[in-house]
Amino acid sequence: MSHAASVHSLWTLAADPPREIPAPHIEYAQLAPTLIVLGGAVLGILVEAFLPRRARYHAQLLLSVVGLAAAFAAVVALAAGGHAGEKARIAAMGAVAVDGPALFLQGTILLVSLIAVFTFAERRLDPAAHGNRVDSFAAQGSAVPGGEAEQAAVKAGFTTTEVFPLALFAVGGMLVFPAANDLLTLFVALEVFSLPLYVLCALARRQRLLSQESAVKYFLLGAFSSAFLLFGVALLYGYAGTVTYSGIAEVVSGTTRTVDPALASTMGNDALLLIGGALVLMGLLFKVGAVPFHMWTPDVYQGAPTPVTGFMAAATKIAGFGALLRLLYVVLPGMRWDWRPVMWGVAIVTMLLGAIVAVTQTDVKRLLAYSSIAHAGFILAGVIAASPDGVSSVLFYLAAYSFVTLGAFSVVTLVRDAGGEATHLSKWAGLGRRSPLVAAVFAVFLLAFAGIPLTSGFAGKFAVFKAAAQGGAGTLVIVGVLSSAIAAFFYIRVIVLMFFSEPKADGPTVAVPSALTSTAIAVGVAVTVVLGVAPQYFLDLAGQAGTFVR
Amino acid sequence: MENLIGLLVVAPLLGAALLLCGGRRLDKSGHWIGTLLAAASFVIGVVLFADMLGRDGEQRALHTTVFSWVPVGGFQADVGFQLDQLSMTFVLLITGVGTLIHLYSVGYMEHDEKKRRFFGYLNLFLAAMLLLVVADNYLLLYVGWEGVGLASYLLIGFWQHKPSAATAAKKAFIVNRVGDVGLSIAIMLMFTTFGTFAFGPVLESAGDAGEGKLTAVALLLLLAACGKSAQVPLQSWLGDAMEGPTPVSALIHAATMVTAGVYLITRSGSIFNGAPDAQLAVVTVGAVTLLFGAIVGCAKDDIKKALAGSTMSQIGYMILAAGLGPIGYVFAIMHLVTHGFFKAGLFLGAGSVMHGMNDEVDMRRYGGLRKYMPVTFVTFGLGYLAIIGFPGLSGFFSKDKIIEAAFAKGGTEGWILGGAALLGAAITAYYMTRVMIMTFFGEKRWQPDAEGNAPHPHESPRTMTIPMVVLAFGSVFAGGLFSVNDAFLKWLEPVTGHSHGNSPVSALTVTAATVVVLVVGVALAWFQYGRRPVPATAPRGSLLTRAARRDLLQDDFNHVVLVRGGEHLTRSLVYVDHSLVDGVVNGTAASVGGLSGRIAKLQNGYARSYAVSMFGGAAVLIVATLLMRAV
Repeated sequence: MSHAASVHSLWTLAADPPREIPAPHIEYAQLAPTLIVLGGAVLGILVEAFLPRRARYHAQLLLSVVGLAAAFAAVVALAAGGHAGEKARIAAMGAVAVDGPALFLQGTILLVSLIAVFTFAERRLDPAAHGNRVDSFAAQGSAVPGGEAEQAAVKAGFTTTEVFPLALFAVGGMLVFPAANDLLTLFVALEVFSLPLYVLCALARRQRLLSQESAVKYFLLGAFSSAFLLFGVALLYGYAGTVTYSGIAEVVSGTTRTVDPALASTMGNDALLLIGGALVLMGLLFKVGAVPFHMWTPDVYQGAPTPVTGFMAAATKIAGFGALLRLLYVVLPGMRWDWRPVMWGVAIVTMLLGAIVAVTQTDVKRLLAYSSIAHAGFILAGVIAASPDGVSSVLFYLAAYSFVTLGAFSVVTLVRDAGGEATHLSKWAGLGRRSPLVAAVFAVFLLAFAGIPLTSGFAGKFAVFKAAAQGGAGTLVIVGVLSSAIAAFFYIRVIVLMFFSEPKADGPTVAVPSALTSTAIAVGVAVTVVLGVAPQYFLDLAGQAGTFVR
Repeated sequence: MENLIGLLVVAPLLGAALLLCGGRRLDKSGHWIGTLLAAASFVIGVVLFADMLGRDGEQRALHTTVFSWVPVGGFQADVGFQLDQLSMTFVLLITGVGTLIHLYSVGYMEHDEKKRRFFGYLNLFLAAMLLLVVADNYLLLYVGWEGVGLASYLLIGFWQHKPSAATAAKKAFIVNRVGDVGLSIAIMLMFTTFGTFAFGPVLESAGDAGEGKLTAVALLLLLAACGKSAQVPLQSWLGDAMEGPTPVSALIHAATMVTAGVYLITRSGSIFNGAPDAQLAVVTVGAVTLLFGAIVGCAKDDIKKALAGSTMSQIGYMILAAGLGPIGYVFAIMHLVTHGFFKAGLFLGAGSVMHGMNDEVDMRRYGGLRKYMPVTFVTFGLGYLAIIGFPGLSGFFSKDKIIEAAFAKGGTEGWILGGAALLGAAITAYYMTRVMIMTFFGEKRWQPDAEGNAPHPHESPRTMTIPMVVLAFGSVFAGGLFSVNDAFLKWLEPVTGHSHGNSPVSALTVTAATVVVLVVGVALAWFQYGRRPVPATAPRGSLLTRAARRDLLQDDFNHVVLVRGGEHLTRSLVYVDHSLVDGVVNGTAASVGGLSGRIAKLQNGYARSYAVSMFGGAAVLIVATLLMRAV
């Protein structure tokens, strides 16, 4: 009987009209920047599939540049339309925030990526192989390094034009990352931008084994950290019964009291919140390269093709810190007293370790990697300020730092010897005598890294430390200034090496780049100087963009 | 209109950037680019001037804030410009004389290989000097102040292949640093006292600060002025600065940069007005320098060094006038402008003579040049008449007013200062007549140069003579034009203020006395050098002459007191540095390096150990977060 009844109920359930599934409501206009970039990436794949090999390079370059520029225009239009201020909303059913910080960071990411694409497309630096112009990327990613297939690919003039759509996919993920307004979107965005980066890292034309090794390391450790992050997401869901930022924030602050019966035993359990929060934080700290989750940085920065390193160092940092800011300011403001001391520790260790280890580096790419770790620490100091000033100072710092980084790595691509880029510092001795302009430009970037006044580095560091000091983190500022002093040592040492050492007889030559890399470097210098001499307008801009929508 | 002020500075700055970064492509056209941009700046200046004349006295000042550089709490460092009548006067002088000297340099530097760089530096100087006079706050003024110092250094040492030029450049830079330190400390003091750098608030509230503070600020400003304007005791660099190309001597070390000290004191008038002790120091410096420079000028056989002594002395007059307070500010500036004309003209004339005489500078090897270089002779002669204060010419009007004002100071002070100024006028007439006679009159004493080339004196090309003629017009008429209806006084009064003082002697008496001492000075020189042949090698001379030839022993004094003392101080400091400071620094560096190496070992390249460190890090992060809650 009971059996029959249950069968019956199954029948009747099946006979019932299906419950209506609400169609998601998507604000396409407000998501336009991301959609344009991802659309461009998809088109890029089609280009790879359908266009003849010869036409692909130009088509891809055009597509990427137009796509990124159009996306930037969309960001500007949104900001001008008030979406950075009074019209800031959470779009796409609560998944993506469109507000000041998101638009500012997206705009910066798009500009940086645009410049980075220029360096991707550079084809003048490597000598032509079999009459074909080549870029920094392997002829065929799947070919075994040094094998016959590779030689055949080189001979046939293959190039990996897939790097352009890969970069666009990564950019698409990075655009969502700082705007993600729930933990799942955050995770998906993280993977969307990480996976293409892993592949890009493996595609260096020279020193392919080193490049592949770096990619595998990056992938393994990235997967490891993603697992932590995902576990943190699960714990936070257990705590709050939701993955949206605002939902979690409400449970943290105690405004939500309704308990999901399925989660009755876990909801509101602070241990879950603390552990879950720490794990999610860890996932983000890994991406920005903070100590002790920084170990991948030097190896990957060194092994990846230099244009990719520049792109990664600049854009990933922006996206990562953007997401970190949103998480700390929107989800966890209620538990500021829990996360701040921990972040203090992370920031201090990051600043000091980055600066100290950089002192003994002998490879310019590794040096810049450690420098990026130290800078991550400086930016964390601004994050910890936990004030609107802190947010805007971090936004400004990210914009300033990313252009300097991109410019510096672009210069690294120019200094070459027979084996490709000459990244060992001893080879840079006397560069200022032989190529004064290139050395002077690199010196400008180094001074900006060191935070010398009249460069963007000074303005940024000043803003961040000021916000930190006002936020009561005086100790942090002192440590920051001390590590800046240590860092200044190795930046200036490179300048001394370039200008005051005798050039080596068999030293590297400086390749003359095409207009693409020249533009990238020129833009880097221009932004560095303008943000250094007249930072106020941009500080104001960052200040206006400093409010998160909740 | 306000936006044009920035353009004033940007035009020559653009020129400097173009010429210094442009590379060899611009070797052929560079000098004309530089000259054109200087002229453009002059045209902008004239447009602004015309616009300013269209408004009434009190509304003439323009003000604009371009942007604010890192505002932090109370610290507001703005990049802003202010163009009032005082700045306008300087702008016209700097751009006008500057353009003429650019033009002159086209001819003078024609055969120099580094011509492009020379014009780049000249443009850089113009930009810095204009920034100095249109800045609306002391901090930005300081930027211009250092900028002209840099340009001056680069240009004095322009022929750096000569060790003497390189040394002279270094000397100028170092002596100037002493003054610059004064200015920077003055600015800091100002900031702590008034909480701002801007001229407006600082000068308006100057009266509220205590006299002690004002005196301190004013004395530091005086120190700065002494350095830049080559006043005793920081005068020693100016003579050596003549190692630079002559157009540089004319533009920077006669007409414009060296007058920056006068500008600084006049601009900071209300600070000095509130500090009578500092004002006394200013007039003392002015009076001492005007005699010092004049005496040195009498003994020099090098035509440029004689003129340098004269510059020092004339700026002494200006500083003296500026130290007199509202009685003197206007006349200080008026003399500055007329001096700008005739001293630039004299230097260009000297350059023209050198140009025709195989770069010979010893006046004892000149003589009888008036027939060979008629244009140079006439323009130089008019400049000469102007500087000695020949009635009716520019120098007469401006110098006479300063002497009157010195007497008007009143009391014993007035008599001493007035007497010194009169005596100075007599010596000026003497040494300038000496220069004139030794160069253009008498028999030829030409001698072949080191390579045996006999000089063939000839008139200089047009590009050189035209500026000289234009400046000669200024030397003749500027003073008269300024004095019609007290035009210059009325022009500047709204900015500097003016009071007449009460002179114990009438203006007419002063004028008469000036003319008398002038005649005495000229006559004395005529008897000594015009009537008798000039020996081709200098006679031994009296003790004073010998001392004056050595710049009144300034370098010997500096060497014994400052250099020796400095060396001792350095040695003891080096000892401390080596034993104590280096120990600490090297120790720190070594420990950082060691730490660095040890931490770097953790970076062993194995993904597994990286993962372990991440795992450990995550554990620490979690435990720390939990602990924070527990605590």
